[in-house]
Amino acid sequence: MQLFINRYKNQITLISFILIVSAFLIGGDFKNIALILATVVAGVPIALKAYQALKMKAFSIELLVTIAVIGALFIQEFVESAVVTFLFMFGDYLEGRTLEKTRSSLKELVDMAPQEATVIRNGVHETIPAEEVNQGERLIVHAGGKIPVDGEIIAGEASINEAAITGESIPVRKKMKDAVFSGTIVDSGYVELIAEKVGDDTTFAKIIELVEEAQESKSKTEKFLNKFAAIYTPGVVGLSLLVYLLTRDLHIAITFLVIACPGALVIGAPVSNVVGIGNGAKHGILIKGGEAMDNFSKVDTVVFDKTGTLTKGKPEVTDYHVFGTEDPEELFKDIARAELISEHHLGRTIVQAAKKRGLDISGDVDEGEVIKGNGIRATVDGRLFVIGNRKLMEKENIAITQEIENVAVDREKQGNTAIFVAVEGEIKAIISIADEIRDDAKEAISEMRQNGVKKIMMLTGDNEYTARLVAEKLGLDAYDAELLPEDKVEYVKRLKDEGHVVAMAGDGVNDAPAIATADIGVAMGEGGTDISMETADVVLMADQLKQFSHAFSLSKASMRNMKQNIWIAVGTVVLLLIGVLNGTVHLASGMFIHEASVLVVILNGMRLMAFKRDKKKLKNSGTLETDEVVL
Amino acid sequence: MTKAVFQLEPLTCPTCVKKIETALTNQDGVDMVKVLFNSSKVKAEFDEKVVEHGELETIIEKLGYTVKGTKVS
Repeated sequence: MQLFINRYKNQITLISFILIVSAFLIGGDFKNIALILATVVAGVPIALKAYQALKMKAFSIELLVTIAVIGALFIQEFVESAVVTFLFMFGDYLEGRTLEKTRSSLKELVDMAPQEATVIRNGVHETIPAEEVNQGERLIVHAGGKIPVDGEIIAGEASINEAAITGESIPVRKKMKDAVFSGTIVDSGYVELIAEKVGDDTTFAKIIELVEEAQESKSKTEKFLNKFAAIYTPGVVGLSLLVYLLTRDLHIAITFLVIACPGALVIGAPVSNVVGIGNGAKHGILIKGGEAMDNFSKVDTVVFDKTGTLTKGKPEVTDYHVFGTEDPEELFKDIARAELISEHHLGRTIVQAAKKRGLDISGDVDEGEVIKGNGIRATVDGRLFVIGNRKLMEKENIAITQEIENVAVDREKQGNTAIFVAVEGEIKAIISIADEIRDDAKEAISEMRQNGVKKIMMLTGDNEYTARLVAEKLGLDAYDAELLPEDKVEYVKRLKDEGHVVAMAGDGVNDAPAIATADIGVAMGEGGTDISMETADVVLMADQLKQFSHAFSLSKASMRNMKQNIWIAVGTVVLLLIGVLNGTVHLASGMFIHEASVLVVILNGMRLMAFKRDKKKLKNSGTLETDEVVL
Repeated sequence: MTKAVFQLEPLTCPTCVKKIETALTNQDGVDMVKVLFNSSKVKAEFDEKVVEHGELETIIEKLGYTVKGTKVS
């Protein structure tokens, strides 16, 4: 029965409409019969739904309408009963159609999912459904094809459109050993790859799941509204009873019942969030739910990590200064071997630099220890290497002579990070590493200020000089240097205690604790590492700062949109109630306005689908930032 | 414990969520039910020995929602 009704809902609505129209066209005795028929045809599905909800102990809007319609039949207002049931069904139909539209951004994303894959099994090319690819299998993707799994390129070269993951549609060049993602499209060229993650484990599948969950998770306002509706709906029944007792006018009481339905209120808030989150997902921004959206819009203080967030995070060795008589080449080889144990990006930079110079850095390190935020200690070929920052040298009681200090400060003033290398307790070299400021950093920061962020600051584990240089170049309000991960946490906590609403943006791995502490944690995605996707409230998949400002203005726009919807909903109900009490609004016209208000809030929410950052503003400030800042 | 995801036709009323959740939770062998309103999906964790995913599908259909696809893992 219920299935039948659901399937033919549109036809039922149409029949009720035809009955109402013919009632007025033919008139006479037929009129009332047709109207009653129309009421029954459209009323039964509503009553059934009301009954089912009631069985689950839920007071639904359908229940209010059902009571009202029965009442209208009782006082023989057949026109009103027929029109109300029809309008309710028709409104339901329109809601369904428009709600589907609000979900379309996510649907577009889901539709990007790869369908089939070409695998090479025993030298034969086979085309199979994408979910049947096994881990470790070899696949081939030609130009125009979709990459069906996450994997590593083992042959070929291609430019790949990664919009499905990053929202950025400019193709990226990928070659041997590069990672490719499911859902991205080979623009030109061809690649062969080995499947590393398949099916639901791919980054793409995880994004979809996250967005789905995010759209479901309710903001505080929504939770409040839902609770409110749960008390409000039965309350309305009681109130209309009261109205009847006071006025002794059943007609007014019934009208009151219908008009006070909280329809627009219940739909209005979620719609803004769903559309807003969908818009973000399309631009490579994952916002994890209505709550995150709400908090993000209130942020007045933004804290950035420096390396990998404000800078490109691709540091290079710019200078290598050796003190004493040791062979620079041999020494560098040993340093790189020691740094093999380091997960830190500076350590990795040294290892890479050694590889680039063609040095052989194979061989085990005898003993090694990572000192978080400071550097490493390792024994290489029987010699103890202590490599890291000033603090580490102090801790290990290694003397920094004036000569060495001068070299270090000189390098730091030019924006380098100076890394001290001590062998057996004596400093033998300084390695300078520098990182470039991101091209879009300045622009993104000025956009954030325009959007109402009061304080923008930077926290870094890097040295004072480099930090000051970056902060000055970008015009930041404050910075603090030479911090450990736990210092960053303390700093964020302090800001929160001072009453600021703090967003912390970092690269997701090092900064995970601070990101988790902030009111809003923002992770630069780097193609979406698992940790950042789990701990952060907002993930920027394309690893670009301009996404940060888009996300921020989007959250503001969504919250504004939600408030508008609440005002529209509450305003309509108040106006209608006044109308009912002074006799200008009747049952049918009240129902019509009520349904219209539901549609208005949905349509208002849909405006967010097209939300973009102001393009013109972007161009103007973009031209300012032509000179590359080297640090 | 088996996990299943049922894809339904677009859900329009927020009360549907409660209906489906209650009906499935009351079924023996069902551990966890989550209805995703906006993506019109039902996620369920259940004991395949006590109840089969086909039966859960029937419950949902009986409530009046067409199940378009099922993914069991």
